[in-house]
Amino acid sequence: MKIIVCVKQVPDAKDVRLDPKTNTLSREGVQSIINPYDRHALEEAVRLKEKHGGTVIVLTMGPPQAAEILRESVSCGADEAVLVSDRAFAGADTLATTYTLSQAIRKIGGADLILCGKQAIDGDTAQVGPGLAVRMDIPYVTCVRRIAQVNDKSFVVERLMDDGYDEVEVGLPALFTVVKEINEPRLPSLKGKMKAKKLAITTLTAAEIDADVAQLGLKGSPTWVVRVFAPQLKGERSMIAGTVQEQVDQLAEKLLEWC
Amino acid sequence: MLLIDIDACIGCGLCEANCAFDAIHVVDGIAEVNENCTLCGGCVDVCEAGALKIEGREREEKDGLAAWSGIWVYAECRHGRVAPVTFELLGAGRRLADLKKVPLSAVLLTDQAGDIPALLISYGADQVYVVEDQALADFTDEAYGNALEDLARQYRPEVILAGATAIGRSFIPRVATSLKTGLTADCTQLDIQPEDGALLQTRPAFGGNIMATIACPNTRPQMATVRPLVMKALAADPARTGAVINCRIAPERLQSRVKVRNFVALEGDQVNLNEADIVVSGGRGLEGEKGFALIAELAHLLDGAVAASRAAVDSGWIPYPHQVGQTGKTVSPKVYIACGISGAIQHLVGMQSADTIIAINRDPHAPIFDVATYGVVGDVFEILPKLIEKIKQARTSSI
Repeated sequence: MKIIVCVKQVPDAKDVRLDPKTNTLSREGVQSIINPYDRHALEEAVRLKEKHGGTVIVLTMGPPQAAEILRESVSCGADEAVLVSDRAFAGADTLATTYTLSQAIRKIGGADLILCGKQAIDGDTAQVGPGLAVRMDIPYVTCVRRIAQVNDKSFVVERLMDDGYDEVEVGLPALFTVVKEINEPRLPSLKGKMKAKKLAITTLTAAEIDADVAQLGLKGSPTWVVRVFAPQLKGERSMIAGTVQEQVDQLAEKLLEWC
Repeated sequence: MLLIDIDACIGCGLCEANCAFDAIHVVDGIAEVNENCTLCGGCVDVCEAGALKIEGREREEKDGLAAWSGIWVYAECRHGRVAPVTFELLGAGRRLADLKKVPLSAVLLTDQAGDIPALLISYGADQVYVVEDQALADFTDEAYGNALEDLARQYRPEVILAGATAIGRSFIPRVATSLKTGLTADCTQLDIQPEDGALLQTRPAFGGNIMATIACPNTRPQMATVRPLVMKALAADPARTGAVINCRIAPERLQSRVKVRNFVALEGDQVNLNEADIVVSGGRGLEGEKGFALIAELAHLLDGAVAASRAAVDSGWIPYPHQVGQTGKTVSPKVYIACGISGAIQHLVGMQSADTIIAINRDPHAPIFDVATYGVVGDVFEILPKLIEKIKQARTSSI
């Protein structure tokens, strides 16, 4: 089984802060990390490979420094790594991104299974997985919480819904996006780290994936960001002071009035 | 990329002051852009000298855009139940349709429409497109996506709104990709741009640290998913009238390569977090499962639901369905009691629309106090047991 895992390098969102004085995103000390959901997609791919055989290829679209997360993925069990990188990709929204990824996947000969994280923590759109499947014309299942059965040519998986979960069956090739509860990702192994160090990363440019430039980057993106601003927080900040007992009395009085 | 006309630039620094990404600086009297630039266009709008331009972002004058008209709401229905977000979307859609003076339509995909079209009309729809077909009994991305895509190609709405639910977030991207148009996920605000009638879609990004307003100027329809419990539904008016349009989709378009074999429902408690009037929520400051026992007791006493911050869920003190925030649920209760929650922006975006927010935290500088109606600086392990005791006493004496 040939499995492609799509990964994204993201700023560690919990460290990103908007400086209220300058209205600037403070990126000081903010680390670039592999999108946390993608770690679970990678782990699931490696487990499938260990159990049923095959190859795991990690794929990312990003600037040259995104190679770091590909090395990290290989240290956690991936076999090969592909970086799609070109200035022409800058400013891509999800539609342009799925076009680029689909062209790259075609270039490397397609896959039996494509795994993605549910969403990336910088954009939180959850659109690239489904969009990529449409571009590849393969079926997809979002928010997979468990792979229940692996048959010869089909999978049975559990799809997380708002009111429970659906058990669904799908033939290969297919694409799944996964949620965190699917597994507990492993840490890099020593052997994996050695392998990652020596890894030759395949780098593909826009020309090498036979891309139509009109569908790349800003040009290929129907959505435009027209404004960026700090979230408005509206609090009254009325503090209840006093001794613990006084605080409790005032709180209880308000709660009993409302509840 | 961002183009800087060095002859036009006067080095005034307005761009630098307005850049949210620290990506543009005035060096030797001329603006210079660095690799932090996300091409958001914030600087282009503020530049009074007209020296900045984003390449590739010229508005195309496309014919045909005007042929797309009307606001659509996808009416999500599963296991015979209309998702509450549908009524919220009809409320929001009604406002947009009235601003644009166009009809508001609901789209219902189901195996059994029953009284649902009339219900959708009572909540504000002028007309309801109904596809009733056995192939739609189970939700599948392909059947639902193809049906909505085919209807959109036939009737050409300018806007399609759907709930940012498990279903909406799964199949709406399929429709947008097939129609080669833009989609904005998880919107919290929708407006019409007065100059050209474009839909302005505002959503949190970077885990809620910044808000971004998105437009889709050159393609139609303009598509958005909207977070549940953000928009307000109108009161149902059974006297409202509207048209029901029964539509047929070609059978081969309703086939799915994914087959639903079984459904397993979640057990009770956790699902009603969205609908509870009182939510008692705990964070890192609760220090463990014992802390959550206090939260559960207070919630039980107030007939409320239990919620948690991501930190508490990640620590394994309480399961994920209780998580409130950017990557969890959005809640909008009458009262939200935040105990030992510092108030990271990712948490705030999930609860700040509560009518009243009470925050209890040891740290007087915790950001949770910035959204709190009432703040209490103190130790939750001192305050909560006393508060529980006090409420119990009051309840007993009033009986």
